[in-house]
Amino acid sequence: MTNKELKLKSVYLRKNILKYIYKAKAGHTGGSLSCVDTLNVLYNRVLNIDPQNFRTPDRDRYIQSKGHCVEALFVTLADRGFFPESDLETLCQHQSHYIGHPTKKVNGVEQNTGALGHGLSICVGEAIAAKLDKKNHRIFTLLGDGELPEGSNWEAFLSAAHYKLDNLYAILDYNKQQITGSNKEVMNTDSVHEKLEAFGWAVKEVDGHNLEELEKALNNGPLEDGKPSFIIAHTIKGKGVSFMEGNIKWHHGVPSPEQFELAQKELDEAGALI
Amino acid sequence: MGKANQEIFSETMQELAATDRNIIAVTSDSRGSGKLVPFGQKYPNQIVEVGIAEQNLVGVAAGLASAGKKAFAISPACFLTARSLEQIKNDVSYSDNPVKLVGISAGVSYGALGTTHHSLHDYAVLRAINNMIIVAPADNFETQQAVRHAAALDKPIYLRFGKKAMPFLNESNQSFEFGKGRIVRKGDDMAIIAAGETVYPAWQAAKTLEEEHGVKATVVSMHTIKPLDTQLLDELLANGRPIITVEEHMVYGGLGEACASYLFQQGAKNPFHIMGIPDEYTITGSQEEIFNHYGISRDGIKAEALGLLKL
Ligand SMILES: Cc1ncc(C[n+]2csc(CCOP(=O)(O)OP(=O)(O)O)c2C)c(N)n1
Repeated sequence: MTNKELKLKSVYLRKNILKYIYKAKAGHTGGSLSCVDTLNVLYNRVLNIDPQNFRTPDRDRYIQSKGHCVEALFVTLADRGFFPESDLETLCQHQSHYIGHPTKKVNGVEQNTGALGHGLSICVGEAIAAKLDKKNHRIFTLLGDGELPEGSNWEAFLSAAHYKLDNLYAILDYNKQQITGSNKEVMNTDSVHEKLEAFGWAVKEVDGHNLEELEKALNNGPLEDGKPSFIIAHTIKGKGVSFMEGNIKWHHGVPSPEQFELAQKELDEAGALI
Repeated sequence: MGKANQEIFSETMQELAATDRNIIAVTSDSRGSGKLVPFGQKYPNQIVEVGIAEQNLVGVAAGLASAGKKAFAISPACFLTARSLEQIKNDVSYSDNPVKLVGISAGVSYGALGTTHHSLHDYAVLRAINNMIIVAPADNFETQQAVRHAAALDKPIYLRFGKKAMPFLNESNQSFEFGKGRIVRKGDDMAIIAAGETVYPAWQAAKTLEEEHGVKATVVSMHTIKPLDTQLLDELLANGRPIITVEEHMVYGGLGEACASYLFQQGAKNPFHIMGIPDEYTITGSQEEIFNHYGISRDGIKAEALGLLKL
């Protein structure tokens, strides 16, 4: 896939996120739009995984700790062939396995997440197991910035450095907003770079909407040998739709028919310029 | 139809805060779900935000309570009573810090968000902790009363609220006391004991039972799960009539088993059935779809009642 095709895919995935949230009349819109570029790069350039044979022991792991942004994950998995996209027509419906958070009942999902602050500890366990078994696969997680105050994250930060887990990559979807407002208003996460370095991680900051930058940060081995890697992806909540960008009400806002049409149009126009 | 109980919780909090500066709401990025945005705007000095950190939420509330504040720790019931359980056990109950724990969007209110967001364990785990009152109000009246009484209470308490608009049940019975079940419908043929948002379908079932089958059922809103109103249970078991319990909780460890334990130890032989969510991977869907699937509905409860009555 060319870089241009990858960029077009991001537009397509954004359109699909909105399409299925609109259909289900529920979903985490802003945060899905902010992390979908990361997912696009992970699933199409980074992760060594096979949709037809997902549970092979040597696969790379991706555990989405900010599970509420499941729509970004589902559309990416569908696009990558883990299940037919039409399955998503049932999103959030009675008896569907496609619910508002990731579950292992869906092919391609590693862990049942949705309560924040769980993903990283599981990744630490997976990473220790890989080291014990002398396996070369890598373990990735995606954290929300609002999620950072969960104490369990900091327990896991310590243990990942303690066990020198350089097969572990945590990506922070740093859109600087959560539900109530900005991180600054709710719980300050300033100096997260310095904090993580002090906890013994190698840290790199990238533009989380720049696919090349993301790929470079995620695909060249650990940022430093012997240390877990922390990638701060600077993002915009609601990215790609002018009236959603940076607007807190889109955390789990569902577009009206007019807003849905407008958003699709904006995304089509953005796609035409690529 | 009234409002969602969590709306009434918020309105009552504002009413209380207007005259009592010691009322403090502690939130974990949960003020929107707790309907507390207006509270925060009106009383910015009476809200403490801890971010998404529920263990810290309960610990901070314990400290505030210990220092004399009327601290309400407000978070979705699923996180509050699972993640913060050790803080609840040690820093609230054991240390006797009179925190008011407020579990919002409880039970399966969050529907299709799935099991991470459901609290079907909270009665069970909190019942197993000494020094904890557990209250699930059924309607807006009980909610307002529960919040007012909790504010004045010098003991740890857990209040459990849902998201759905609730009707007013039996406006003629306007008595409320923790530990005393509220009778919302009276009848001698059988009893249905429910709590929280399941009282309404229980009431609907009783109404249909009478209209369609001439069966008269007492319906109790057993808003206080602990301590249980054993006096009322004594009255209900008296003539051997069938008893059904209904709860938005797993069938293990909740209201039903609390009643069963008491009744069995009294030697009761009443036909008895516990309705709730069974021990299985919970079906997906909205709260209503989940309720209907497990028979927590007018028709489901009615069918169960007819079965017990052998009609
Ligand atoms: C343990 C836990 N507490 C609270 C929530 C409710 N919740 C879901 S999303 C969210 C805000 C998340 O903010 P952030 O991590 O910044 O995600 P983003 O803004 O990227 O969507 C909250 C509080 C949860 N899912 N899990």
